[in-house]
Amino acid sequence: MTMTHAAGAKRHSPPPVWRKPVLMGAPLVLLLVAFLVFPVGQLLALSVYNGQGFTLAPYAQLFASSLYVTVLWITLKISLATTLVSVVAAYPIAYLISIAKGPAKSRLIFWVLLSFWTSFLVRAFAWVVILGRNGVINSTLMSLGIIDTPADLLYGFGAVLVGMVHAMLPLAVMTMLAVMENIDRTLPRAAGTLGARPGTAFWTVYFPLSLPGVAASAIMVFVSAIGFFIVPALLGGRKETMITQLIIDQVQQTLNWGLAGAISVLLLTVVLVVFVLYDRVFGFASLTGESAVVRNRDTAMRRLGGRVLAALGSASDALIGLLPRRHPIRGRAERPLALTVFVWLLLALISLPAFLMIPLSFGKGGLAWPPSGFTLQWYQQLLDSPIWMQALWRSIVVAFGTGLLSMAIGVPAAFLMVRGQMRGKGAMLAFILSPIVVPRMIIAVGMFYVFAQMGLVGTVLGLVIGHTVVAVPYVVMTMMAVLRNYDTRLDLAAQSLGARPLAALRHVTFPILGAGMLSSFLFAFATSFDELTISLFSSGGLSATLPKQFWDEVTLQVSPVIAAVSTGLLLFVATLIYVADRLRRRSLAS
Amino acid sequence: MSSSSLSVQGLAKRYGDFVALAPTDLVVADGEFLTLLGPSGSGKTTLLSLLAGLVPPDEGSVRIGSQDVTYAPPYERDIGVVFQNYALFPHMTVEENIAFPLKMRKVAAAEAKRRAREALEMVHLPHIAGRYPRELSGGQQQRVALARCMVYKPSIILMDEPLGALDKKLREHMQLEIKRLHRELGTTVVYVTHDQEEAMTMSDRICLMNAGRIEQLGTPADLYFRPRSLFVADFLGESNILPAALRNRSGDEVEVRLGGMGVSGRALANGNDLPPGAEVRVMVRPQNLTVARNAGNAPDSLQGRVSEVMVTGSLTKVYMEPLDRDLPPLVAAFPTRNEADAVRIDDVLTLSWSGRDAVVIADVIADAARAAGTA
Repeated sequence: MTMTHAAGAKRHSPPPVWRKPVLMGAPLVLLLVAFLVFPVGQLLALSVYNGQGFTLAPYAQLFASSLYVTVLWITLKISLATTLVSVVAAYPIAYLISIAKGPAKSRLIFWVLLSFWTSFLVRAFAWVVILGRNGVINSTLMSLGIIDTPADLLYGFGAVLVGMVHAMLPLAVMTMLAVMENIDRTLPRAAGTLGARPGTAFWTVYFPLSLPGVAASAIMVFVSAIGFFIVPALLGGRKETMITQLIIDQVQQTLNWGLAGAISVLLLTVVLVVFVLYDRVFGFASLTGESAVVRNRDTAMRRLGGRVLAALGSASDALIGLLPRRHPIRGRAERPLALTVFVWLLLALISLPAFLMIPLSFGKGGLAWPPSGFTLQWYQQLLDSPIWMQALWRSIVVAFGTGLLSMAIGVPAAFLMVRGQMRGKGAMLAFILSPIVVPRMIIAVGMFYVFAQMGLVGTVLGLVIGHTVVAVPYVVMTMMAVLRNYDTRLDLAAQSLGARPLAALRHVTFPILGAGMLSSFLFAFATSFDELTISLFSSGGLSATLPKQFWDEVTLQVSPVIAAVSTGLLLFVATLIYVADRLRRRSLAS
Repeated sequence: MSSSSLSVQGLAKRYGDFVALAPTDLVVADGEFLTLLGPSGSGKTTLLSLLAGLVPPDEGSVRIGSQDVTYAPPYERDIGVVFQNYALFPHMTVEENIAFPLKMRKVAAAEAKRRAREALEMVHLPHIAGRYPRELSGGQQQRVALARCMVYKPSIILMDEPLGALDKKLREHMQLEIKRLHRELGTTVVYVTHDQEEAMTMSDRICLMNAGRIEQLGTPADLYFRPRSLFVADFLGESNILPAALRNRSGDEVEVRLGGMGVSGRALANGNDLPPGAEVRVMVRPQNLTVARNAGNAPDSLQGRVSEVMVTGSLTKVYMEPLDRDLPPLVAAFPTRNEADAVRIDDVLTLSWSGRDAVVIADVIADAARAAGTA
């Protein structure tokens, strides 16, 4: 007798394997197709289609005068200079963070994050205050009697470069750090036991391993810089016009969509060329912090590189040899003092400008340095202004909406990217990250065009969608990092103990991932809260977000209220980072 | 009827071209302690994962009790799994961890708490209920994982190298502990390990796996004394494997001829039914070789020159080169004695064994083919 037909026996068949990945990935893909691919495609199409038929008129216009080519050249020059300076300055910072431990590490990261999240507008505007005719530097130099008349520091290449580097440095540090944290710390030490002096160990072992990080941060900075307009608009003169500003002009003033599209094509082509070169040399995998497989087998190049690094190594060893030998203090982690001092100097330099806003916001003298007297009138004015208050409220609503929507569609996609087994994952990841790669200005203009047709301009929904498109890649990236560290056996354990998939998610996966999810949410929130490019066009005339209101204010009439707003934003960001860090620690402690 | 708590038919799993598990049949009796033993990559963990429902099979079926659970998710199988790294939930206290499966089964909170405490007492850890997993030692985490698995009395407990991370002393202690719990609960246990001693100590039956298939299934004594293949003989403990030719047979014993010098010996036929003259191997465990000095120069006795002597605590091992160059080096083991009659390097000794302690391994050719196939 058999028991094959015993009661309760049920035959399960395997579920269709395609269903889950589609459900997890489709929302994000659809969003990007509808609000990234379609709008950008439309904008590009507008450059060759004028309503009646095919035309190349915009391109004729583009190359008719030397203006656009010149501006493109300036744009490239500024972007490359920014990239070079940012990466060089970021390296020691990221290196120190990667070797620091405990509270020292947290402190360093806090200051980098504070700069990272302090609004681009606040940071750029701070330089106006510092470099202006009545600014910090001129006032100080004059009061010291070094100069008699204020120097023209503002509106020049130097000012733009300083502002751009300030804007991009935190991004460069964070990108580099992702790679440096994964470098095996014992390798340089192993080099030491094999007879390499410290300088040689660094240049021949550590530095080559950190190169993917350098490359990743270089490309991130370059792409962000080339699509940036805030700094050149506020700090640059006529000679420092960047190509993004031309696009704004075409859209906002002359309404020449064809030309705007043609300029966008130009910009996009440059970016694509850079990316293809990057992929050839380093591979895209290094962008997400995974160590790239060395593909460069060009032996002549490698030999040359090796010789240069070896030379650098012996040079720095010779230099170290000249210094008096210091005996390392026993029991203390060896951290070079000079490096620490240098890094803190850099961090002070990128943090201070925003902090200058605090005394100014309480001063009676407006935005001139030094502040005099004490008053709360600017805060009073701010609180009494319905325009500012509406903008603040709108920004909070939009940022919340963006955070929620980004999480809702980004988290499943991240799960799919980390855990899913399917073909074309690499291509899909590249697509998901594409909003970071396409210059923000092009997305914003294309979106404006599409939103205008759909009646989404000036609506909260439009802004939430727009901000989600640019915020969701960050959500996916942070969640992917979090998920890679998550032990999936915990899920299997939960299921073996009787938890259904949803119960396992609720009781095990989400509680453990909670801190990581919160930081993803905050990432999306902050991205939206500081987003200006999309809001510049799509928020409409009367329904500005906070950054849009800030922008209008600083470009039309500068008032000390700006200092009060900046102070408020700075405090807000500092609190946010602090709270997020505390939450993270508490979740680790329990 | 004899109740089988678990039965597997034609179960197979491939990853691309790699055969993780060739079609496999296996029946586990109710209350049995079965060990899946094998080197890494032999398919034991794959088989366990298929039983647990952690990965879907390519073909075949799995039945637990009377239910076909081949494609059932883990939470619909009446199983418990103890994971290699314990997989304790880091955000829950010990008590919450143990109460988790009860909560999933909608047991009332108070009752769940009571049963969690009971389970903790069973593993002798009643005082750590409020602690978090990372505050526990490896051994304590192991016990908590066991308690979490036992608390809901699953009909089968699957354990994936649960003692792998513990040091030797603790491991031996936990082996006894797991045996005790198995006895007290009467649950069926399927246990994965690559440690042959652990398998010998704990199991009712051992399922020795190699290259994605079952090599031999039987009691520890079956596998140890009556291996069916060279792989089994070699995997479980030390062995001497000698090339031999079959001669006449009497009952379940056969006479064999070893090497080129006409040395003869006896061995268990081990179920082999080969004609005289067939080429086979004979396996003798080191402790079953009797060593004697100056037993004369009988032409048909096996003699060897001592090449190394090792005292491994309770046993002394003597490594020898047979005088007959056609035979491979041999090792004999005997209880360590006082120094008086100590064996020294270069001594010539005579070796012998009882016919019941040696076995014929016949599938030499099959073994060789398999080895060539997997190499």
